[in-house]
Amino acid sequence: MNRMIKDFLRGLWDEHPTFRIMIGMCPTLAVTTTALNGLGMAAATTFVLICSSVLISMLKRVIPAGVRIPAYIVVIATFVTTVDYFMLAKSPELHQALGVFIPLIVVNCIILGRAEAYASKMPVHFAAIDALGMGLGFTWALTLIGAIRELLGSGTVFGFAVMPDGFAPIKILTSPPGAFITLGVLLALMNVVSDRIAQKTKARQEKAAS
Amino acid sequence: MEYLLLFVATVLVNNFVLVQFLGICPFLGVSKQVSTSVGMGIATTFVMVMAALASWLIQHFILIPLGLQYLQTLSFILVIAALVQLVEMFLHKSIPGLYRAMGIFLPLITTNCAVLGLALNAMLRNYNLGESLVYGFGAGVGFTLALILIAGIREEIQFADIPKPLKGQAIALIIAGLLSLAFSGFAGMI
Repeated sequence: MNRMIKDFLRGLWDEHPTFRIMIGMCPTLAVTTTALNGLGMAAATTFVLICSSVLISMLKRVIPAGVRIPAYIVVIATFVTTVDYFMLAKSPELHQALGVFIPLIVVNCIILGRAEAYASKMPVHFAAIDALGMGLGFTWALTLIGAIRELLGSGTVFGFAVMPDGFAPIKILTSPPGAFITLGVLLALMNVVSDRIAQKTKARQEKAAS
Repeated sequence: MEYLLLFVATVLVNNFVLVQFLGICPFLGVSKQVSTSVGMGIATTFVMVMAALASWLIQHFILIPLGLQYLQTLSFILVIAALVQLVEMFLHKSIPGLYRAMGIFLPLITTNCAVLGLALNAMLRNYNLGESLVYGFGAGVGFTLALILIAGIREEIQFADIPKPLKGQAIALIIAGLLSLAFSGFAGMI
């Protein structure tokens, strides 16, 4: 049980896909112009991640080692096509906004990475928990980046106006350069925070030792 | 003339990496040295042109006649995976130095979203075969250009005194942001 909680939490901070391992960067930068787009993209990715991790974990004894990567890709692409058509039918606006990045979930390294490194070796329930953790980690990152860019770039969050009247939007944050700069600054902030945490833990350990 | 316009638009105005955010992983991952960037860029360009050709043939001779468009994503990614394997085998045999230098990133061309993105975009815009090939080549040149630019800058700042939290990927992202800002200047050109 403890192991499961640990595996779940790992994706949320210690091995965070966006901020630590830096994979799945293309959608992270491209569709986070608003919080809603970021959330939609992340939800679609999480769905594909969980489904394919579970299925790959179930099939781990069936898939021959030599052709495992193409086999994983087929599994992932199947779920991506499902999501693609589902979104087109249910929410055409979101489908339009995310554009080519929905089919591109196929090549999101997070999914293939988890399949290869984890799901293909672990029992189904562990694979599902791991995928859920990674997916939620990805979700909070994309929603946060989207919210920051939307707040400063157009003065709204999830479409609601929150900034006072005199606020002049920093237009550049909703354009491509803004994506790179926002993520760069966020990464630097994350580094400061984890440095602080590491220092505190170290100080506490030294105190306990002496 | 049309082809030239499409080429310039793909390389500069709609640069795959800096404007459309396709292929960010290798852009941040292999861009520490100019020499590896050049190799990576050439390999990717080659795969891109081949992928443009293969995906066009599949779309127009298999998927559309049989009404199987919903298999587009699946079939394109499998073709790209096979192409990358081919390039890998070729490099391993003929240019082992380059093969070693690229290491893990070579099989990763498969998961370079620029390649699949290019194939999907070309179909979305109904390009004919010639246009698809020019688009593929332009995408590769644009990718290589962006990779070499950032690698050059990263080589220069290697010994600069960067604040500690910004070291590594954070500063690379900010540099990419400034490059992207520069490229947005091309927007009004065509």
